[in-house]
Amino acid sequence: MEPNSLNSKLFVQSFIGLLLRDLRVLSREMPVFLARVGMQPLLFLFVFTFIMPHMGGANPMAGGAGGLDFGTVLLPGLMAVATMFSGIAAVALPLSQEFGVTREIDDRVMCPLPLWAVAFEKVSFSALQSMIAALLVIPMAYYIPATPVRADIHNWFLFAVVLVMASYLAGALGLFIGSTVNPRQIGLVFSILVVPITFLGCVYYPWAMLGHMKWLQYGVLFNPIVYMSEGLRAAVTPNIAHMPWWAILTALVFFTALLGRLGLKGFLGRVLS
Amino acid sequence: MIVEIEKLTKIYESKLRVVALDGIDLELNEGEIFGLLGPNGAGKTTTISIATTRTLPNSGTVRIKGIDVVKHPAHARRLIGVVPQFNTLDRSLTVYENLYFHCRYFGFSHSHAKARSLELLEQFLLSERKSVYPTQLSGGLAQRVQIARAIAHRPTVLFLDEPSAGLDPQSRMAMWDAVAGLRKEGITVLLTTHYMEEADKLSDRLAIMDYGKVLALGAPEKLKSTFGAHTVFNLKLKSMEGLGPMIEGLKRREDVSGVEITADGLRVIGTGADGLLPELVRAATSHGLRDLTITEPSLETVFIQLTGRDLRE
Repeated sequence: MEPNSLNSKLFVQSFIGLLLRDLRVLSREMPVFLARVGMQPLLFLFVFTFIMPHMGGANPMAGGAGGLDFGTVLLPGLMAVATMFSGIAAVALPLSQEFGVTREIDDRVMCPLPLWAVAFEKVSFSALQSMIAALLVIPMAYYIPATPVRADIHNWFLFAVVLVMASYLAGALGLFIGSTVNPRQIGLVFSILVVPITFLGCVYYPWAMLGHMKWLQYGVLFNPIVYMSEGLRAAVTPNIAHMPWWAILTALVFFTALLGRLGLKGFLGRVLS
Repeated sequence: MIVEIEKLTKIYESKLRVVALDGIDLELNEGEIFGLLGPNGAGKTTTISIATTRTLPNSGTVRIKGIDVVKHPAHARRLIGVVPQFNTLDRSLTVYENLYFHCRYFGFSHSHAKARSLELLEQFLLSERKSVYPTQLSGGLAQRVQIARAIAHRPTVLFLDEPSAGLDPQSRMAMWDAVAGLRKEGITVLLTTHYMEEADKLSDRLAIMDYGKVLALGAPEKLKSTFGAHTVFNLKLKSMEGLGPMIEGLKRREDVSGVEITADGLRVIGTGADGLLPELVRAATSHGLRDLTITEPSLETVFIQLTGRDLRE
């Protein structure tokens, strides 16, 4: 037991132990989990791609954004929103509870792992949930709308990379929010942070369509959700105008690193005094 | 030495500069139960927080089995078990799962973790409650689960922070039994408390702390014989005027080792009660004696001797 040798077997076992714990808790809350990740895309698709088309002329979205099929624009956007919401629900909310009220994370931060690994496990498990949440949107978009929306994935590698990175970005965002926001104000986060970044996150319209409002088109580049939406757009509905893949991946890496770093700093600050 | 604490200092800098630890030195022997006794704010919890890798000291070191806890926290955590002051059981898991997953965090295999959890449930008389969630447990039971969880990975040192705070007397006794039972397992225990009785009953040795310093250290019996073979008389008086002659008179007595003026009377530290008590009553009557309390020689009187104040003040 040399102090300097990071016992890699114990490291892996301990990390798996944390994952198993989260898996156990999630498995017990499966219906809650499905409702949490499914409700928003379900209703969104139902209202905008099923009810509205059936209203015929009354539908402002009938022509979609700039003549595009709205359902097709919406599919990657809703996947991005599902990914982000999952990250917040899986990391930010439990962390804020566990740090602020019950301190029940104590036993996990006292396991024989470096603290960054404990935070990384939280983010990884959240990423897993984000991926499930995003994938669930694909069948919904096929079955709910009046005209089925098909995912048109040609580049599976790009799809996998974007999905994983967007999910880690969502987890990092969750870590940042959960460890820096005062637990009593966590509810506020939804109105002052989550709602704006969703509506200005190129979820309901492709980034390219903002061309007529340059100030907005450049303004939203600070919003990490933009790259999640655009990345999924590039991978899932490539026929719709989207940012170049290299720009998307660079931005996803940048924001994941930035939020991950700030989140870890907050996490360490909460655990250590 | 299993635990070596050297010149440990912790200062909290905020609006108020608080010196929580003012360079304390402690050494724990293998297998002993060591008590840190002192009032709130003495630095007991800070000492435990640093030793359990949750607080970083300003200076000084804590070594557990030779491992520096500040330099190698993840490694040190393998050697320690912690029972925190508050219930930190995982509310999303049952009692059994709290133990089981704790074992998994420490690298136990499924079957090993399962066997160890069942064994602990039995040892701590919790088998019937294995499927219960922590929110459904009473304070005493939750504390027992926390102790079971803390020793599940067979740590070398167990840290108990105010283990009986908030427990009813019966649960406190059960907890004492549980801690005393750990002796058989050879675990070294460091516990903090501000209950004299608890420190006296459980510890092999103890350190009395106040204002971030260790004031005295030794076996409870030794501390009592060194500092506290004294009886403390607290007198409440109606009138505080003209006490001078009475104090002078008392100080001349051989069986009085100290007289102090308190907020509402006098504190007399004596070496025996036999002759002194009637004399005190007689002398104090003219000052309107309202109340008289006698504290027999105990860790409490040791504390009063060392700090000039009551633990409860």
